[in-house]
Amino acid sequence: MTDISHASDVLSSGADGLAEARAANARQIRNAKISAAVRYIILFGVGLLMLYPLIWLVGASFKTNAEIFANPGFIPQEPTTEGYVKGWETSTPYTFGRFFLNSFLIIIPKVIGTAISCTMVAYGFARFDFPLKKLLFGSVIAILLLPNVVTRIPQYLLFRDLGWLDSFLPLWVPSAFAGDAFFVFMLVQFLRAIPGDMEEAARVDGANSWQTLVFIVVPMLAPALISVCLFQFMWTMNDFLGPLIYISSVDKYPVSLALKLSIDTTEAFEWNRILAMSVLTITPALIVFFMAQKYFIEGLSAGGVKG
Amino acid sequence: MTRKRMLGLGYLSPYIIGLLVFTMIPFGASLYLSFTDYNLMSAPRWTGLENYIDLFTKDRTFRRSLTVTLIYVFTTVPLKLAFALFIAYILNYKLKFINFFRTAFYVPSILGGSIAIAVLWRYIFASEGLVNMLLTGLGFEAVNWFGDPQNALFTITLLRCWQFGSAMVIFLAALQSIDKSLYEAAEIDGASKAHCFIFITIPLITPVIFFNLIMQMVQAFQEFNGPYIITQGGPLKSTYLLPMYIYDEAFRRFDMGYASAIAWVLFVIIMVLTLAAFWSSKKWVYYAGDKRS
Repeated sequence: MTDISHASDVLSSGADGLAEARAANARQIRNAKISAAVRYIILFGVGLLMLYPLIWLVGASFKTNAEIFANPGFIPQEPTTEGYVKGWETSTPYTFGRFFLNSFLIIIPKVIGTAISCTMVAYGFARFDFPLKKLLFGSVIAILLLPNVVTRIPQYLLFRDLGWLDSFLPLWVPSAFAGDAFFVFMLVQFLRAIPGDMEEAARVDGANSWQTLVFIVVPMLAPALISVCLFQFMWTMNDFLGPLIYISSVDKYPVSLALKLSIDTTEAFEWNRILAMSVLTITPALIVFFMAQKYFIEGLSAGGVKG
Repeated sequence: MTRKRMLGLGYLSPYIIGLLVFTMIPFGASLYLSFTDYNLMSAPRWTGLENYIDLFTKDRTFRRSLTVTLIYVFTTVPLKLAFALFIAYILNYKLKFINFFRTAFYVPSILGGSIAIAVLWRYIFASEGLVNMLLTGLGFEAVNWFGDPQNALFTITLLRCWQFGSAMVIFLAALQSIDKSLYEAAEIDGASKAHCFIFITIPLITPVIFFNLIMQMVQAFQEFNGPYIITQGGPLKSTYLLPMYIYDEAFRRFDMGYASAIAWVLFVIIMVLTLAAFWSSKKWVYYAGDKRS
């Protein structure tokens, strides 16, 4: 850079202004480079801080119990799968396989119920006029903000009176009645952005509203519906308080409760079993997240192409 | 036309039933229960304001729990939002690997309330855990994270700040929608980066600051998994947040009336703060008439 500005100085005597402009330009470029470098350093630092606990968790799950509290690195010195083998067996009559099965038995009906009920309700809100519509839509937002803590006790009493305690019904049923206001809200927003032309055409061709919903609206809603299902999957997988309140028999425990149980019952020094099972319990959510990540990016770029 | 109107309500029927059965009736019932003595064995017995009077005059655990909850919320929410905004601001430039960073920063939020992460926190903040190993390795003194009432609550705050990803994604989307020509104009007028941030960026993203503030606050007031798994409310009840107290009263001691009263106090606090935020938002939240003009 200096060579060039030097040369330009020599070339024309009246080029002071030009040289100054070039120097300013060089300064700007240098500042931009420093600023970019600072940004990268911060981002890498924060990224490491964010991910290191998870990386350490995976490494530690393959360590011996003695090494977990002695080695801050993540590469095990004497790798062992003992944590996975023993942790999988648990101290109960059931293996973690049973607990994963229970988790999926909770999640799958819940996700299906959520998808169907929220689609119906969002369709009703976005495409029909009816009395009290504003008030009802207001209630969706109110539920979104309402702290669950205030309805939890009477809900428990209701499910007890129905004889549903220690079954999966209290975890399934509220979602099947579009109880997760967030999803209703999301689908309504998505539907409102889709013009109703196709539906109108289907109606002219003699399709009733139900056929229109199933054959026209649902395919158009598909991207939003997939993210509803993925979010519900991850939230339910992570849910702890729901199962803690409603499920009391160990044979019905989902993985979140089983993990808590293994902390309480595993002998004091068997740390790697608990860490190994922790890794397994977050794996499904991570897999789903990375699938969704890909899906979202594709969806976004497709939207960009369409304008 | 009437048929079409009824059809709309028909599609809403699951929601309306759910709203009544799982939200509105329980909402009223919990208010009623908060004025009763109910231990599941016999029918609820009306006791008037007794639960509330006990809470505010006799119950030292409640006072402690309320104080701790307020400290927790008022430290966690601002820290988390400031951090999320800071990272979003850095990400909002033409950088390589931006998708990689966004993903990396979002992963902790995905695992969010997972018990596995709470378990991990117990291990890394243990007296000989990862954090203390790194601290002593760098020449600092080890910190007694879980034994000292001063520090225990902060481990939960750190856990929730670690999950700043969803707030960050919302901030980032807002930052990306700001018209770049505003900055160029300000720079020509000689404004510094800091000036631009305070006088252009912040005012334009006040709507999402407001949104994040409300959502994070409502969430923080209901924190349960952190204290339940990581600290069990201790030491000396220094992490005994109200949701855990409610859980213990309701599902361990089966004192449903008293637990409902605590839940209602918590609900009223959240409501008052939410309404205060909405009311004050008229003064500080800036809604552009049309962003593109």
